[in-house]
Amino acid sequence: MSLDPATVRRIAKLARIHLDEDELPRLQKELNTILGYVEQLAEVNVEGVIPLSGGTEAAMRMREDVVSDGGYPEKILANAPDRIGNFFAVPKVVE
Amino acid sequence: MKMLDWTIVETLAALDSAKVSALELAEAHIAAVGSLNPHLNAFITITPEIARKQAHAADVARRAGAAPALAGVPLAIKDLFCSENVRTTAGSKILGPFIPPYESTVTGKLLSAGAVVLGKANLDEFAMGSSNITSAYGPATNPWKRDDGVKLVPGGSSGGSASAVAARIAMGATGTDTGGSIRQPASFCGIVGIKPTYGRCSRFGIIAFASSLDQAGPMARSVEDCAILLEIMSGFDPKDSTSADRTVPNFRAACGRNIAGMRVGIPLEYRVSGMAPEIEKLWQAGIEWLKQEGAEIFDVSLPHTKYGLPVYYIVAPAEASSNLARYDGVRFGARVEGEDLIEMYERTRAAGFGAEVKRRIMIGTYVLSEGYYDAYYLKAQKVRSLILRDFREAFANVDVLLTPTTPSAAFAVGEKMDDPVTMYLNDVFTVPASLAGVPAMSVPAGLDARGLPLGLQVIGRHFDEESVFAIAAALERAADFRSLPQLRAGATP
Amino acid sequence: MSYTIEGATGPWELVIGLEVHAQIISKSKLFSGAATDFGAAENSQVSFIDAGFPGMLPVINRECVAQAVRTGLGLEAHINLVSRFDRKNYFYADLPQGYQISQFKHPIVGAGKIEIRLESGDVRTIAITRLHLEQDAGKSMHDQHASKSLVDLNRSGIALMEIVSEPDMRSPEEAGAYLRKLRTIVRYLGTCDGNMDEGSMRADVNVSVRKPGEAFRTRCEIKNVNSIRFVMQAVEAEARRQVEVWEAGGTVDQETRLFDPTRGETRSMRSKEDAHDYRYFPEPDLQPLVLDESWIEELKCSLPELPDQKCTRLMRDYGIPPYDATVLVMERSTADFYELVARGRDGKLVSNWMLGDFFAGLNRTGRTIETSPVSADNFGSLLDLITDGTINGKIAKEILEIMIDTGEAPRAIVEARGLRQVTDIGAIDAAIAQVLAANADKVAEYRSGKEKLFGYFVGQVMKAMSGKGNPALVNEALKRKL
Ligand SMILES: [Mg+2]
Ligand SMILES: [Zn+2]
Repeated sequence: MSLDPATVRRIAKLARIHLDEDELPRLQKELNTILGYVEQLAEVNVEGVIPLSGGTEAAMRMREDVVSDGGYPEKILANAPDRIGNFFAVPKVVE
Repeated sequence: MKMLDWTIVETLAALDSAKVSALELAEAHIAAVGSLNPHLNAFITITPEIARKQAHAADVARRAGAAPALAGVPLAIKDLFCSENVRTTAGSKILGPFIPPYESTVTGKLLSAGAVVLGKANLDEFAMGSSNITSAYGPATNPWKRDDGVKLVPGGSSGGSASAVAARIAMGATGTDTGGSIRQPASFCGIVGIKPTYGRCSRFGIIAFASSLDQAGPMARSVEDCAILLEIMSGFDPKDSTSADRTVPNFRAACGRNIAGMRVGIPLEYRVSGMAPEIEKLWQAGIEWLKQEGAEIFDVSLPHTKYGLPVYYIVAPAEASSNLARYDGVRFGARVEGEDLIEMYERTRAAGFGAEVKRRIMIGTYVLSEGYYDAYYLKAQKVRSLILRDFREAFANVDVLLTPTTPSAAFAVGEKMDDPVTMYLNDVFTVPASLAGVPAMSVPAGLDARGLPLGLQVIGRHFDEESVFAIAAALERAADFRSLPQLRAGATP
Repeated sequence: MSYTIEGATGPWELVIGLEVHAQIISKSKLFSGAATDFGAAENSQVSFIDAGFPGMLPVINRECVAQAVRTGLGLEAHINLVSRFDRKNYFYADLPQGYQISQFKHPIVGAGKIEIRLESGDVRTIAITRLHLEQDAGKSMHDQHASKSLVDLNRSGIALMEIVSEPDMRSPEEAGAYLRKLRTIVRYLGTCDGNMDEGSMRADVNVSVRKPGEAFRTRCEIKNVNSIRFVMQAVEAEARRQVEVWEAGGTVDQETRLFDPTRGETRSMRSKEDAHDYRYFPEPDLQPLVLDESWIEELKCSLPELPDQKCTRLMRDYGIPPYDATVLVMERSTADFYELVARGRDGKLVSNWMLGDFFAGLNRTGRTIETSPVSADNFGSLLDLITDGTINGKIAKEILEIMIDTGEAPRAIVEARGLRQVTDIGAIDAAIAQVLAANADKVAEYRSGKEKLFGYFVGQVMKAMSGKGNPALVNEALKRKL
């Protein structure tokens, strides 16, 4: 599979990364080099193999339902690039 | 100054016998950082005031007879660990203004143990790289010099940590390893580094790259120093669902274990074509050293080794593309304004991320996207299963595996940079253990023809770091690696 | 005959499926220890985990899992012993991590069902496809500032159950009944408060239309409808819109729409300009969720009686008709109140009075069974006063009104106001004599055959007795005298 410029643009859009048109050829080439390299997995027979997702196979632990966190709005907002009162502020969204 | 050459073991003895105070030790390191960091760029942020305060506290505690295990030991912290109230950047512009209001579990444990933090060590941006050149704060430099004198990379992504420890401006450091990011720079800089079993160290507060692979680990100048640090860094953390609820063994004791009768596997598939002859020779030497100490050597096969890298370059970017979605300019970090929300996102992320990070986000986004998931991501996870199975089968017959850490010694900035895949090949020997989640350690074992350090890698079973430490310590004794980097505290550069 | 929309080309059938997001009742969030109370100061119930800070990791809340299992059991659904969490990736200002942790491929609860009773008395079974656990997003406000949207993350990370139905509903009434019934079930279970005003329950409504006998046509999803009435209106409006599109020769595009209740119409969502590709993949920060069979058994044993079971039992134990029982069990508190009163009394009399004048009175004063000033004890005493003949029905209605306004006990009201029914024949006869004397002309008319005047005489006699005459005795005596 080889990525065409339209696909590269679509991925950038999905990933919310602005691309200048002049960046596109280089990025397209690099992505295709990587995809070309991983293509070799096609030769591996994985019939009946259960995919390994996650770094550990143990079952999940559960925590008890107690309020043990939160209550520090100032810390939550301290790093915000823009805030109004105790709200985060972003460019207006029209729905 | 001699004390800068001490190991952590020697330092703790000196502190305990009041040969030196923690404050003196801290001042010596602060001064060394001051003179060498401009050459090495090993630290992104230095924290001398914090270090002095911690050193003073360590001295007070020691005088009161209540010194915790690591009181007064000066360390570098990879800038991927969140440090409360200290800027933490992950080597990225997008986190340039970020000051975490919390401390990572691992660094919290080190602080409780009395460690002195000299600063935040440089790294590849978001730990994505094997050279440190992707750091937004300029590359860290390897303190070793090749015969041609060109600047070498320290490896990555924990390159700043490795450089600082090798150059003796920190006694030890934290690193993180996703596909080799502790072991490869340790090998490149002639120091020791271990990636423990996935789940041994908490990931809480460590900026995520690829969640199913990321593991913290120590880097230091001896195997025993690593054991001391790892013992403190390890342990169950209820804040990390993937953290293992297991008691932490006495790693330090394991370093002194007799290895007679231990079974060491030599994986055939790691004999890749084009490997430097010195590496082949060193590997053979390692086998001989272990034999002499009574270990038994077996050939083993890990048939899916060659698929490790392609699996890694699907799984890691996929997870990264999702983990890095939170850097959107809304709640923290740098923002570039835009006409609307989407434009704000796109400009913020375009300006905030470097080329390698964008590349990986793009690849990761693509392999997860509709119509491609099965062919790439699902397939990679299945092959990952086979790689784990290879290790399980090998470990049914042997206790550890011995391999080279890297296919070459440290390279110069500009080398191996023709295309991303050439760079990725650096991780060919380290990636499989990451995919399987098993512990693996790099020990400096010799020099290549151009005077650069080379490491051997010891890989163990899940949660059997003790065997890894035992074998690594034996290699360390036999190799008796005493070469020093040209650029180091106390030497004239 | 089933519900259809009559178009120019003939009747159109509706196909409706619902995805309901129900907020789980728990003290803390699904993956963090922050509180979940409604209406707290902005960003005050937010942990670093909920705000998606670097290095933060999710740890699951056992109670949220238990609530999902209870709900699954209440829907008679299959509980999956192994389920998984996935990440659903998309960018939005109130989605701090850039992904929602949800369950895509392996939900905790599989197929189940809900029975609904329609006004016609018909009972229909709507199949549940699945129920999965997921975290809620924060809240964006777009109308508080001229150029900015404001984001509050208090809701971010609160546990939700997404309950997905099969496209089994065929009319707005069925969609409404389904939602009402689902709400009743989760409220009985105590797994969701069902409070749609506060957003604790929100429905995504999938609507398509088709000619009878046809396969499914393209559906549209109307997002986040927040009342049962609006769901019914949205279904109707959207179906009519689609019929118009098809009949004008167009095609309905699969898209996400919003319901505008003030204009009573749906419209396409502008902000969703690019096609979604959520890039689901297994959440690497969480292992598989493995449930213990014995734990599920424990949860099953501790489940309360559910509305359907209660309905059957009330009909059997108290001899009331299906309609009464269905209405009574809609709220657990109503059924509890009913049972308190009906025990040892005439069940039908109790349900008549409860569903009639009592509910009307509560409605009139804006109260509910929980805030009722009339206790079950007092309500029972009132009915006892009717049964033992102390008061008649008409007076009882008056007393009930007073009880609702003042909370006083019925006996006290009767005594204080002298409302006791008059059964003394002498007093009744005296009143009759007085009425007949004053209406000699009408008496003559009656006697000459105008028998419907009888009611008039009853009214006049009751009036003369200030409404307190025993109606049976008055009737009897009047007949005798006339
Ligand atoms: Mg949905
Ligand atoms: Zn949902």
